Amino acid sequence: MMMNHSLKSQCKVNPGTVIEGKWHRNRYTIIKELGYGANGIVYLAKNQNQQVALKMSDNGMSITSEVNVLKSFAKVQGSALGPSLLDVDDWDRRIGKVSFYVMEYIQGPDLLTFIQQKGSSWTGVLIVQLLNDLDSLHKAGWVFGDLKPDNLIVTGPPSKIRTIDVGGTTIQGRAIKEFTEFYDRGYWGLGTRKADPAYDLFAAAMIIINTAYPKRFAKTTGDLKQLKMMVRQKKELLKYEDVILNALQGHYRSAGEMRNDMLQLTRSNSVQRSTGNRNAGQTAGPQPASRQVYRQKKQKGSIFETLLITFIVTLLYFLYIYGQLL
Amino acid sequence: MKTGTLKQILLITDGCSNQGEDPVAMAALAKEQGITVNVIGVMEQDVIDEQGMNEIEGIAMSGGGVSQVVYSQQLSQTVQMVTRKAMTQTLQGVVNKELQQILGGSKTMEDLPPDQRGEVMEVVDELGETVELEVLVLVDTSASMKHKLPTVKEALLDLSLSLNARSGDNRFSVFVFPGKKKDVEKLLDWTPNLETLTSIFSKLTTGGITPTGPAIHEALNHFKKKRSLRSLLSGDDESFFEESV
Repeated sequence: MMMNHSLKSQCKVNPGTVIEGKWHRNRYTIIKELGYGANGIVYLAKNQNQQVALKMSDNGMSITSEVNVLKSFAKVQGSALGPSLLDVDDWDRRIGKVSFYVMEYIQGPDLLTFIQQKGSSWTGVLIVQLLNDLDSLHKAGWVFGDLKPDNLIVTGPPSKIRTIDVGGTTIQGRAIKEFTEFYDRGYWGLGTRKADPAYDLFAAAMIIINTAYPKRFAKTTGDLKQLKMMVRQKKELLKYEDVILNALQGHYRSAGEMRNDMLQLTRSNSVQRSTGNRNAGQTAGPQPASRQVYRQKKQKGSIFETLLITFIVTLLYFLYIYGQLL
Repeated sequence: MKTGTLKQILLITDGCSNQGEDPVAMAALAKEQGITVNVIGVMEQDVIDEQGMNEIEGIAMSGGGVSQVVYSQQLSQTVQMVTRKAMTQTLQGVVNKELQQILGGSKTMEDLPPDQRGEVMEVVDELGETVELEVLVLVDTSASMKHKLPTVKEALLDLSLSLNARSGDNRFSVFVFPGKKKDVEKLLDWTPNLETLTSIFSKLTTGGITPTGPAIHEALNHFKKKRSLRSLLSGDDESFFEESV
């Protein structure tokens, strides 16, 4: 990719390099590279014996944009939405100016690596944690955007999922800034790329699917049918089928709703179907056809419920009358 | 702040031009008229030779745009990324001009301390979301592009999906070169979404020369033409479309 030539050469620094900010005069010693993305490289660095993560890019715009997101996260009380922001500065090099920001170093394996090491029993609880964080993020008016296992780190013990890389984080109502095709509902033809909570929930569902298919899979028909089929082929996914399908179709209005359904499934060890669907039927989704089927199912359930209650009440009444007669 | 409509040409090609005017000069002409030229080079197994590379970089540079060479599998994501990046670049230019008027001298956003830079960035973000955008897509249909065309179509549909998520209006137009009879042929006039492309694209024939320069020249003329009544009507279509989604 030739567009990145200049980026690579300007942001590529060797371990041991000392970076000094032009404005705040803090000094950081580079330890190693942690990873790189479309908008820059993240390094592990040391500042006064504290380990920090330092992100560098010669595209000052993207750095500034991400800093804006992290700053507004800091204002949300009582939750750790992204890594906390420690410093923002520019570094003057002979070959040009490089913008960078410094954040808390979140240490641990990414989600897929963690689940592969510890087993799929962790999937439920980690997704529930993730949905908790997403809920507060959405309530603060944001959508994470580029939600994928690479951007999810499991720290601990005690194990806790954390989001890193806010490059795709977008104000609700705007167009998603950055996404990865496999986790993007537009790519699968299941919705727009407008930032709304359901966009992240779609990605969360794809992440659950991803845990059973660590190598992902190619788009064939590229629609709900294909995704449904992929879910049904894996035992560990079948357990979450209802939640996954609801999220893929945009039936959840909030991360909290999806979290509650997920939590119920995780609590009950047996494969229980359609227990957590109470809320979902009321929400509007983009697939009217499948929603109708869904409602019928729900109606059947409620008819059964009514009959059962009537039966029990009648039984109790007879017992009462019988007692009275004696 | 008034930005007007952002105008872009998106050139999708896999190699060198071999007919007519110099495409790099035509791109420079476009820039003079306030139109940004972005170039995407599409590879399959083949690699684009150095001459082709130089031309791709040259066109984007003199057209004030962004260029990228990718394998066709990554085309969708690249097309939308390049378009967004070029938009931000242009808007940053507009904002910098305003800043220079306020602060004087040759100060740009990058010279501000990080805190103030953040505030200016919010303005750029906001503009990127709301500004009107016109993208004229120029697709190379020379013989070697034949089996890449389905991917190009997918990428363009994906582009309209991405851009139509913005609150600002979009208009797209698609030209191919070489055309059946002329160097360049109009495939689709200004329209807010590219859905109609699906049926037209399958009928495309490929072959012949690569007149990149004349294609850019023709594209410039198309920007100048007064917008017809039809495109005004299709502008209404869009708001209807938005509501029904």
